[in-house]
Amino acid sequence: MKYINKFAGMALGMAALSVAAAAPASAKVEGDTIVLGSAISLTGKYSTNGVHAQNGYELAVKRINEMGGVKVGGKSYKLKVVYYDDESTPARGAQLAERLIKQDGVKYMLGPYSSGMTKAIAPVSEKYRIPMVEAEGASRSLFTQGYKYLFAVLSTSEQYLASSIGLAAEIAEKNGKKPSEVKVALAFENDPFSQDVRAGVLDDAKKYNMKIVIDDKLPRDLSDMSTTLTKVRAVKPDLLVVSGHSKGAATAARQLKDMQIDVPMVAITHCEAADIIGKYGAESTEGILCPTQWAETLSYEDNYFGTAAEFDALFKKTYPTYNTVPYQAAQASAAVLVWKDAFERANTFDPDKVRDAIAATDMQTFYGGIKFAAEGNNIAKPMVLRQIQDGGYNVVAPSKWASSEVRWPRKPPMN
Amino acid sequence: MLSNFQLLVDFPATNVQLLLDGLMIGGIFALAAYGLALVWGVMNVKNLAQGEFVIMGGYIAFFMYRDLGINPLWALPVAGIVMFGIGWLLYGLVIRWVIGRDLFTSLLATFGMAIVISQLLNLVFGPDVQTANSGLGTRLFLGSVTIQEIRVVSLVVAGGLALMVILFMKNSRMGQAIRATAQDPRAAKIMGIDTDRVYAFTYSLNAAICGVAGVLISMIWVIQPFYGIAHSIRSFVIVVAAGLGNLPGVIVSALGLGVLEQYGGFGFGTEFQQAIVVGLLVLVLVIRQIMQARHRQVVQ
Repeated sequence: MKYINKFAGMALGMAALSVAAAAPASAKVEGDTIVLGSAISLTGKYSTNGVHAQNGYELAVKRINEMGGVKVGGKSYKLKVVYYDDESTPARGAQLAERLIKQDGVKYMLGPYSSGMTKAIAPVSEKYRIPMVEAEGASRSLFTQGYKYLFAVLSTSEQYLASSIGLAAEIAEKNGKKPSEVKVALAFENDPFSQDVRAGVLDDAKKYNMKIVIDDKLPRDLSDMSTTLTKVRAVKPDLLVVSGHSKGAATAARQLKDMQIDVPMVAITHCEAADIIGKYGAESTEGILCPTQWAETLSYEDNYFGTAAEFDALFKKTYPTYNTVPYQAAQASAAVLVWKDAFERANTFDPDKVRDAIAATDMQTFYGGIKFAAEGNNIAKPMVLRQIQDGGYNVVAPSKWASSEVRWPRKPPMN
Repeated sequence: MLSNFQLLVDFPATNVQLLLDGLMIGGIFALAAYGLALVWGVMNVKNLAQGEFVIMGGYIAFFMYRDLGINPLWALPVAGIVMFGIGWLLYGLVIRWVIGRDLFTSLLATFGMAIVISQLLNLVFGPDVQTANSGLGTRLFLGSVTIQEIRVVSLVVAGGLALMVILFMKNSRMGQAIRATAQDPRAAKIMGIDTDRVYAFTYSLNAAICGVAGVLISMIWVIQPFYGIAHSIRSFVIVVAAGLGNLPGVIVSALGLGVLEQYGGFGFGTEFQQAIVVGLLVLVLVIRQIMQARHRQVVQ
């Protein structure tokens, strides 16, 4: 009996293998459909943002198909995306990228969620010379590897909070102080993304000759930063900058409030993702500065979605569970627009020619301008800085896009 | 780094802040550690799912706060009761089959449980960091020392619960049965004690204590499905440092660890707050090893 089972198992295994081997290796364009592939985090720790990104991809695909699809060689093609769940683990992501390319024959890739996952997948797509347009990996280090097939529509990480330094300098001058007198406190998670953000802040602080009075690193599983804040209370910096993904924002906002820390200017990344206004109320988060890749109030527009505000409305209509549209979704949609634009300009499906067309992208979208540097990062779109004012996010910097005056100093949160 | 320690001298009030924060959070650590010591001592099971029980308690508070609109302070008794039930269930499903087996079987089983629990929490509540808000305020002392009322409440709850458990162990029938089983399970069995029930009760009590600790954590810090491991490690460090079966030791070393974490985080940066915990574990083990070696030599 045992032997029979073993044989049956082997036979099944062989059958499975032969099916896998026989799978079509030319799935890049099936009939009138162009197939894009993406390994994305649908479960695990990145799943919230992974799903935001997937929704963004899907909305753009739907929109483009409704508007007549992609025109290549005088023929109209529909777009379709094949997804695999990478379970938020880099090793799995790399495996799935191999599977997409080798087994499913995908020739055009959309990115995963997070810099870490992109870092795992980019070497694979690079090895097979498959172009990948990604929307969710901002780490500077992705664009220093000499990758030729990696393109990112979002601003890179070192730009995230650099503008807060400029703003602090501006305010200091307005108050008759020299920018070099500004004292800055830094608290950054020790991961590639946050450390890039830190590097950008440090560069700009150095430019103004500002003094760094605290430079703390935060752990990966952060749940308490009261010691850093105790230090902040002692040395009284003019600007506190915090970056540690959602948990950093949630922890910082909670403990700033609980410990009633009085700093005139506070800048934190991932405010929206952590929903700090919803968690702690408008009053105790008032005045916090939050960088964002995109905001629905910005005056960008394109032919597919119209203005940023119109994209916002369409997204909410399509996915009624969203109260606000996360920028992770907006930039995912923008990545699909890049593909459409590149296919039409290349006017062929040859991956290398399409790659060159992507590299030559220079377009306006609802998400902002998109133009790639030789390294693959987008250099046409700035980061904007928003401030929490009366329970809403208002753009306060850079001044070209600002819709509100920055409120300074921030009052200590009371409860 | 040196300048951080200089700050402690320049701003003496920061010492008060660190001490108070450390002692008050240490009280919560003591709860989970005591539960671990109990299960370890009575059942000889090293429960690696300890931190996950804490986080589960936190999510019960979060669920009541967000979805039912109830003040999470009410979650203290609720989480205790619910986690007691979950503890009983897990005992029946998993733990009863590994008692008396070798060390690795129980480690593997509880580690597996820890993974399943955190993944389930992730599926139900999502991977985002969450908090529950007690609605209590903050008091300002000495001009620059803040005490959150919820931390004081935590210390009182932790102390009260510890006292209740101690009295229960001393005076109740079940408490006596637990102590008897811990001393000698075979003898206890011969004396007519249903050791299987004693084990089930002990394990459930541990889960309940952890649940209460988790509710407190969710109101002071933040919770996330995968944060259990940090609480597990803390509990192990505290129990190992105190020595098994040493309840006052558990309390003292929990409070001490709370304070040490705060000073460590202040001096070396928040990043090292937890690294210090693990470093301490190594140190304690090394010291114990040396002491034992000396002891062995004397015996020889």
